[in-house]
Amino acid sequence: MAPPVTSTAPPMKGFKGWLYDRLPVQNFIETQLTGYYAPKNFNFWYYFGVLSLVALVLQLVTGIFLTMFYKVGEATAFDSVEFIMREVEWGWLIRYLHSSGASFFFIVVYLHMFRAMLYGSYRAPREMLWLFGMAVYLALMAEAFMGYVLPWGNMSFWGAQVIVNLFSTIPAIGPGLVEWIRGDYGIADATLNRFFSLHVVAIPLALILLVVLHLVALRHKGSNNPDGIEIKKKLGADGHPVDGIPFHPYYTVKDLVGVGIFLILLAVVVFFVPTLGGLFLEGPNFEPANPLSTPEHIAPVWYFTPFYAILRAVPDQQTGALLMFLAVAAFIFLPWLDRSPVKSIRYKGWMSKLMLTVFAVSFVALGYLGLQPAEGVYVFWARLFSVLYFAFFILMPFYTRMEQTKPVPERLTYHAHA
Amino acid sequence: MADNGVITTDDDVDTSRRKFLTTATVATGVVGAAFVLVPFVSSWKPSERARALGAPTEFDLSKVEAGQMVILTWRKQQIYVVKRTPEMVEALKGHDGRLKDPTSEKSEQPAYAKNELRAIRPDVLVLIGICTHLGCLPKQRFEKAIPELGADWPGGFFCPCHGSRFDLAGRVFDGSPASVNLRIPPYNIAGETLTIGVDETTKGAA
Repeated sequence: MAPPVTSTAPPMKGFKGWLYDRLPVQNFIETQLTGYYAPKNFNFWYYFGVLSLVALVLQLVTGIFLTMFYKVGEATAFDSVEFIMREVEWGWLIRYLHSSGASFFFIVVYLHMFRAMLYGSYRAPREMLWLFGMAVYLALMAEAFMGYVLPWGNMSFWGAQVIVNLFSTIPAIGPGLVEWIRGDYGIADATLNRFFSLHVVAIPLALILLVVLHLVALRHKGSNNPDGIEIKKKLGADGHPVDGIPFHPYYTVKDLVGVGIFLILLAVVVFFVPTLGGLFLEGPNFEPANPLSTPEHIAPVWYFTPFYAILRAVPDQQTGALLMFLAVAAFIFLPWLDRSPVKSIRYKGWMSKLMLTVFAVSFVALGYLGLQPAEGVYVFWARLFSVLYFAFFILMPFYTRMEQTKPVPERLTYHAHA
Repeated sequence: MADNGVITTDDDVDTSRRKFLTTATVATGVVGAAFVLVPFVSSWKPSERARALGAPTEFDLSKVEAGQMVILTWRKQQIYVVKRTPEMVEALKGHDGRLKDPTSEKSEQPAYAKNELRAIRPDVLVLIGICTHLGCLPKQRFEKAIPELGADWPGGFFCPCHGSRFDLAGRVFDGSPASVNLRIPPYNIAGETLTIGVDETTKGAA
């Protein structure tokens, strides 16, 4: 944290003065908003942090309202979701905001993570910021998976079956662990009830805590920027970074525009294509859960499909599950895999640029392949892109050290509009 | 310590005694907290009711025609019961080379079903109808040489989710994502009565 700012303004009178005397409101504003200096060259990529926060709030608010009408239990869950959709006033809107909101949340989180990879935001001294971000991402995956089970459609049921059974591949403890997670000999009422509790209470609490820690870590070291250089090294006469501008009002106003566009896009999906052709809500989930009938082909929602494709690409199930977990966990190690003398892709060499492109293409391709049946030529491509995906991480310590980097500027690259 | 009980200087503090007591108290607390975890962790295990509903299931085998399959439910799992024809039993021989675990060494089954036909009675196949890959329901594909499954397909089960293939003894073929054979539940056959959930040898509930 920055040292506390002592206000030079005369003490305020009235209620505001009374309140500010008792709560550190003014101190918070002066250290975190008007007195927090962010690099002045933030670009388009820097919208996705605040948009993640907006998505979180959207999910919390719509989730609270859905909980008022949803009835957990294998006999009531599916019907109560239909009840929300057909009979609760505006229930369809609240439900579609929540279901589309989940996909939008992942879109902005993935873009937010990619921004960090572009500009080396995970590098020292921001490793903790990155690790808290990864913890948020993992919690979000658990939250999304359990949330998808709650409507108790047929894809909910079979998705839960497949994902929970992944744990049975753990040697020795696997089968017992799976029975413990389900609380029954199959996916059942007990499973649905505990997923509801975790989805509605435990994980949201953890998410909020982790997001706060993520922001504390951000404010402590300050934002990175597209040049990947520390603005705190060049301070002006006033003690503030010469290349920094106050977060409020400059970035709050900029972010509001982004939030507006985000909400317009969300509204387009919610009103016109709430299922997005089966991408945001899958067809089989409009049928109640049926333990006697597997959907023709089981695919998770799009935000899990890159990892699902890796799982299915491996002929051995234990190795497949292990590689899938590693594909998610690999991000955690980025701060230590990247050995480049520069942070930003702007100053890295051609090898880093090539590999980041390979990674992005592999991620999107695997996402597509995870939606397709695991047969024929799809398996070949899934294997190829899985190898490329892991190559990005495994080879990083080598290509980041070998390549020729460009000199980093002293000050931020910034062109004010004339 | 001074006589009046007030600590006057740091020299009066017995730091090693204080450190020992602090450590001992924390250690006791940690052990206590670990014990408190037990009921919370245990609450996730199958409840008494779930266990009662998992009691053995009986079925009259004379109700199934040769070459047919019925699906029973035991412990929320689909149990496939197949009456194998002599031709089906014959077809099990000759493709051991294409199986991952032809002798069921790595697979899960009661000892009395760990044989060539994976059964107590050659004509009765009892399987847990859950793919050992990721838990989908394998579909019955009993006819030989189904086009999609190849000219050498001897009849068996095909999982639509990830394409695992099993023969008519539930043994997994090479090239399937599943690595072990379909599981076999504990069962016994008395006359024409099949009981699932009770071992043949022990006669006790599983």
